[in-house]
Amino acid sequence: MRSLFFLLEKESRQLLRNKQLIRVLIIAPIIQLILMPLAANYSVKNISIAVVDHDRSTLSQRFISKITASGYFKLTAYVNTYSEALAVLEKDRADLAIQIPANFEKNLVRENVQKIYIAINAIEGTKANLGGAYLGSIITDFNSEIRAAWPLGGVVEPIPQITIASSNWYNPLMNYNLYIVPAILVTLVTAMGMMQSAFSIVREKESGTIEQINVTPIKKHIFILGKLLPFMVLALVIFTLGLCIAWLLYHVTPVGSLLVLYASLIIYLFAVLGLGLLISTYSATQQQAMSLSFFFINIFNMMSGVFNSVDSMPQWAKNIVETFPPSHFIKIMRMVVLKGSGFSDISYHLVVIVLIGLVFNTWAVLNYRKTV
Amino acid sequence: MKWMNPVIITEKLTKRFGDFVAANELTFEVNQGEIFGFLGANGAGKTTAMRMLCGLLAPSSGKATIAGFDIYDQAKQIKTKIGYMSQKFSLYDDLTVSENIRFYAGIYGMDIKQIKQKTGVLLEELELQSEAKTLVSALPLGWKQKLAFSVSIVHDPSIVFLDEPTGGVDPVTRRQFWDLIHYASNRGVTVFVTTHYMDEAEYCNRVSIMVDGVIAALDSPAQLKQQYTATNMEDVFYELARHAKRKDD
Amino acid sequence: MKQLLVFVKKEFIQVFRDRSTLLLLFGLPIAQIVLFGFALSNEIKDSKVVVVDYSKDEVSSRIIAKIGASKYFDVERSLANADQLEAAFKKGIIKSAIVFPASFADDLLHTNKASIQIIADASDPNLATAVTAYLTQIINDYQIQSGRAVGLPLQIIPEIHMLYNPELKGAPNFVPGVMALVLMLVCTMMTSVAIVKEKELGTMEVLLVSPFKPLYIIIAKLTPNLIISIVNFFIILLLSSIFLDLHVQGSLLLLTLDSILFILTSLSIGLWLSIGAQTQQAAMTSSLMGMMLPTLLLTGFMFPIENMPLPMQWLSNLVPSRWYFIIVKQVMLKGLGINYVWKETLILLGMCILLFTISLRKFKIRLQ
Repeated sequence: MRSLFFLLEKESRQLLRNKQLIRVLIIAPIIQLILMPLAANYSVKNISIAVVDHDRSTLSQRFISKITASGYFKLTAYVNTYSEALAVLEKDRADLAIQIPANFEKNLVRENVQKIYIAINAIEGTKANLGGAYLGSIITDFNSEIRAAWPLGGVVEPIPQITIASSNWYNPLMNYNLYIVPAILVTLVTAMGMMQSAFSIVREKESGTIEQINVTPIKKHIFILGKLLPFMVLALVIFTLGLCIAWLLYHVTPVGSLLVLYASLIIYLFAVLGLGLLISTYSATQQQAMSLSFFFINIFNMMSGVFNSVDSMPQWAKNIVETFPPSHFIKIMRMVVLKGSGFSDISYHLVVIVLIGLVFNTWAVLNYRKTV
Repeated sequence: MKWMNPVIITEKLTKRFGDFVAANELTFEVNQGEIFGFLGANGAGKTTAMRMLCGLLAPSSGKATIAGFDIYDQAKQIKTKIGYMSQKFSLYDDLTVSENIRFYAGIYGMDIKQIKQKTGVLLEELELQSEAKTLVSALPLGWKQKLAFSVSIVHDPSIVFLDEPTGGVDPVTRRQFWDLIHYASNRGVTVFVTTHYMDEAEYCNRVSIMVDGVIAALDSPAQLKQQYTATNMEDVFYELARHAKRKDD
Repeated sequence: MKQLLVFVKKEFIQVFRDRSTLLLLFGLPIAQIVLFGFALSNEIKDSKVVVVDYSKDEVSSRIIAKIGASKYFDVERSLANADQLEAAFKKGIIKSAIVFPASFADDLLHTNKASIQIIADASDPNLATAVTAYLTQIINDYQIQSGRAVGLPLQIIPEIHMLYNPELKGAPNFVPGVMALVLMLVCTMMTSVAIVKEKELGTMEVLLVSPFKPLYIIIAKLTPNLIISIVNFFIILLLSSIFLDLHVQGSLLLLTLDSILFILTSLSIGLWLSIGAQTQQAAMTSSLMGMMLPTLLLTGFMFPIENMPLPMQWLSNLVPSRWYFIIVKQVMLKGLGINYVWKETLILLGMCILLFTISLRKFKIRLQ
C-alpha cells in the first residue's frame, strides 16, 4: 500500500505541473458546458414552410393563418406553382411545402372530401416526423372547427368526439436543458477522463521510464490503480464544477440524492478510466492512444443516447450500446436528476457498469505485462 | 577474497525470437562486489541478456539465479534485490531531482523518514544540494546520468545492472561516473555493466565479450590482454569482434 | 523543389512505416461511418407505452389495438391502476402512458364526448412531444375512420410525401454530418500531433537549422495527412454507396474538390493548434476537447442551427464543418450543382487561406 501512496504522489505532481494541460482540462469543459446547451436546443419550432395556394379563398387563407398561428411553423415562401415550392425546398429555404388545390373550398362543400398535398424534406428525420405530425393535428383541428361552423344541410347525427388531455411528467415546462445539460456534462467528463488515462501508460512507454518501473517490485494492479485514481479525482472535480454551472446557469437541480449520483459516478469512472488504461496498454505511441480513444469517445457520443435516441436503433445496435458504460450512466444521470430515482431504480444499470468496469480493468492489468 | 560468493549464476541461458537466437547458451557467474563488464558489438545480444537477468524478458531456455533467487519463479524477490539503469533515460523529466529520488525510494518500500535521510546523503554525494528543486529536464545530461545511477541503487540492492550508462557523456563526467560505480562496489554492490568504451572496460574486475549471441571470452582485463597479446582492451575487442557475422542493428 | 520532394518522401516513409497507426487512421473513420450509418435513425419506433384502461369497452380496446399496430408504439403492458405509473416511469423503460377513464364508454355513448389522458415522460422533451403528437394522430385517425363510416361531411385529408428520404432513414442525415465531423477531427489531431511530436523529440530543432524553408516543413508535414484523408473520403463514399444505398447524386468532381478544400482547412486548424502546444498530450487534448462538441453541435446535423440563439448562430458560422455539411447535403444527396454551393465553397476557401497564412506566420515567428 505504501508504494501506492508514492505512485499517487508522483502522478498528481506530474499532472499538476503541466499547467497548460490543466488549463485545457478545466477551462475547456467549463466553457463548453456554458455554451453548448444553447446550441443543443431541439425544441421543434420554426419549421419553415412554403405555401402554394391555388384556391386563394377565405377558407384557404384561414387555413394558412391557423398553421402559422400554431407557433410551430413559419411561412418563409409563398409561391405560385408546386415546382417553385420544390425549388424552395431544394435550396433548404423551407422544410416543407403545402399545396392547396384549386377550388378547394368549392369542392369541399360539393364533394365533401378534399386533399391537401404536403411535401416534406425528410433528410432530417426528426423534423420531418414532427412537422408531419403537427401539421396533421392542425388539419384535424381545423377540420372540426369548420365542420362545427358550417351550416349543414339536412339532418346530421351528432358526431362522437374524443378529446385528448396530455400531461408531461418530470419536466412539465418541457425545458430541454433539463434533458441535455446532464448528458453534456457526462460527455465532457467521459472524454476528459478516458483520454487522459489513455495517455498515462503510453507516455511512460514513449519516455522509457516504464522499463525502470518494471524492474521495481511494484505490483501490476497497484501501478494501474495509481494511474487511475488521480484521473478519478480530476473527473470528480470537473463533474462538480459542471454541476454547479448547470445549477447556476441552467437551473438544473437534481431531484434525487447527491449520494446516489456521486456513488454512481465513481463506479462509472472506474469503468471508463479502465477502458482508457486498456487502450493505453495496447498503444505503442501517444498518437495511437489518441486515435483509439477518439474512436470510442465519438462512438459513445453518437450512440449512447446523448443526442440521438437509442430506442430508434435496430436491435443489433441496441445490443452493442448495452455494453457502453456511458449509455447506462447517462440514463442514471437523467433518472436521478429529473425523476429522483433511487438505488433500487437504477440497480440494473449500476450492475452492468460494475461488470463492464471489472472486465476493462482486469484486462488492462493482464495486458500490462511486466515481463515482455 | 570478496568475490568468492557468486550472486549471478547462469547456465545455458538462451533467448530466441523466432528463428533468431539473440542469446545462445550463456553460462557465467558474477561474484558479490565485483564490477563485471559485459561487452559486445551492437546487436551481439548484450541488452537481451541483461533484460533476461532483470526479469524484463522471459528466457527461452536455460537456468539462472540472481542473488540466490530463480529467475523463473522468484521474479518478485529478485526485483527487491536489483537496481537497473537503462540505455533510455529513466528519470521523470517533469519531476524535480528530489521528487525523483523520493518516488523511486518510495516504491521500493522505504518510509518517509528513511527517504528524507537518503535524499540528503545522495544529494551530498552528487553535490546536487542546490539543484534539489530543479526539474530533471533542466539538468545537463551528465548530471542526469549520475542521478539516474544513484536512483537505481537508492534501495541498496545487492546487484545493479547498467545498460550503457555513459553514452553521450563527456570524459570528465564519465570519470566521475566510474567513481560512483567504484564507491558502490566497495560497499559490496555487484555491478553488471555494458559499455562501448574500451577504457571503461579496463576499470572492470572481469570482462566478458559477446560475439553473435555467445560469450567469446571471459576474464580479467589483464588476462585477456595477455591471452590476445594486445596492449589494450580496444585491440582485444577488435580481435574478437571483427569475425562477427551479425552487423550493426 | 527537389528538397521538398525529398522531405515529403521522408514524411511518407515515416507515416507508412507505422503500420498500426496507419490501420487506425483508415480503419476507425470507416468503422464509424458504417456503424452510424446503420445504427442511427431519428425515427421513433416501438416506443413503449403503457395502458391503463378503467373503461375496458369496445372503443378503448379498438384504440389500444390501433396504437399497438402502429410502428411507432409497442403496448408494453396494461397496468391495473394509475398509481403504479410513477414506479414504472422511474425505472425509465416506458416513455408514455395512456389512461382511459372508467366513464369513457358511457360518456361517449350518452354525451358524444369523452376524454383520454396521455402522460408522457418529458425528461426527454422531444420524445415526449413526438410521442404525444403520434398518439394524438392515431386517436384522430381512429375518429376520422369511424367518421367516414358514418359519412362525416367536409373532410380534409392531408396527403404527405416525404421527399429525398422517404423511409426516414438516419443515414442520409448522418453520413454527411459524420463525414464532416470525422474528417475535421482526424485531420486536426493528426496534424497537431505530427508537429508537436517533432518538438517533443527535439527533431524539430534539427529541421529548423536545416536549409528548408518553413513553408516546406509545413507542406511536407501536411501532405501525408492530406492523402490519407482523401483516401478516407473515397472509401467513405464507396461504403455509403455499397452498404447504405447513398449514392453521389451530383457531380463527383465538385464534391471531391470541395472535400479537399475542407480537408485542407482542417489541416490548417491542426497546424494552428500545434504552434502553441508544448506536449503531444496538450495538443491532442486541446484539439479533441476544443473541437469535438462545437463540431458536433454547431455543424447543424444534430440540432437545427435556426433554433439556436443568435450568438450561437454567429458562432456556428466560424465552424468549417457547418459549410461542408451543407455542401455534402446539396451535392451528394440532392444532386445540385455549383450554383447552389458557390457561397459555401467561397467561405471554405477564405477560411482555408486565412488559417494557413496565420499558422505560417506564427510558425515563422517561432523560428526567429
